[in-house]
Amino acid sequence: MRDKLMFALAAVCAVILSVNFYKIFLVLPDEANQGAIYRIVYMHVPSIFTGFTGFFVALAASGAYLATGKLKYDAFASAVTEVSLAFATIVLATGMIWGRIIWGIWWTWDARLTTMLVCWLIYAGYLMLRRAIDEPTQRARLSAVVSIFGCVDILIVWKSIEWWRTQHPAPVLSVRDGGGMAPGMEAPIYWNWLAFMCLAAILVMVRMRQEQMSNEIDSLRRTAHAY
Amino acid sequence: MIEARNFTYMFYGFAAAFLILVVYVVSLALRDRKLKREIDRVRRMVEK
Repeated sequence: MRDKLMFALAAVCAVILSVNFYKIFLVLPDEANQGAIYRIVYMHVPSIFTGFTGFFVALAASGAYLATGKLKYDAFASAVTEVSLAFATIVLATGMIWGRIIWGIWWTWDARLTTMLVCWLIYAGYLMLRRAIDEPTQRARLSAVVSIFGCVDILIVWKSIEWWRTQHPAPVLSVRDGGGMAPGMEAPIYWNWLAFMCLAAILVMVRMRQEQMSNEIDSLRRTAHAY
Repeated sequence: MIEARNFTYMFYGFAAAFLILVVYVVSLALRDRKLKREIDRVRRMVEK
């Protein structure tokens, strides 16, 4: 059942990305001021939407663990966080490449960029923390707390371009009252987000299967030691 | 000249995004293989 769902999600992801890339590269014109480089937004923004959605799902799973004490929620939070961190890495990488052309620099300590880097470091720290603690309940409890801290930073990342004057562009999407993009140019961002969410769901399922395998190994080891 | 550079960096942006995903997927596949080997090893150990 799970394999079928994964294949279905992969098919949906492939179809959406194929149609979208055709539009992005062959139908949409260059942006008037930025030229071709603006197309990076079609990877940058959907990646951050996917990453942040994942971090909020991890927050909910961490909260569920703290409320119930069931380790399956902790395993799910860990899987989702790891996949979301991969998308957050894409955000930083694509943003730097875009900045190199538009600003002439790879990086600046602007509020949006800095808070995003802090966010990435918090979740990278989350995964490192998990490797450092062997005891499952202690690992789950501390990880859940870090996940909650991380989500506070996400809100700061999200609002940073409104709270401070930043070098990062102000909101351009119509959902944030930006209105800086033509509707035809904005739609592929949301379609790519859907495709990335399908991809993220597949990766989370793979990670969850690995968590189950790890648990099976632990229980087999306990059985072996019992004899 | 500027247009060509613009285009090259656009390519770098897309390539970097897909490279990160590919590296992550490969790391998952390697971890999967390692876990399967470990399960087989521990199962054999239990059967003995």
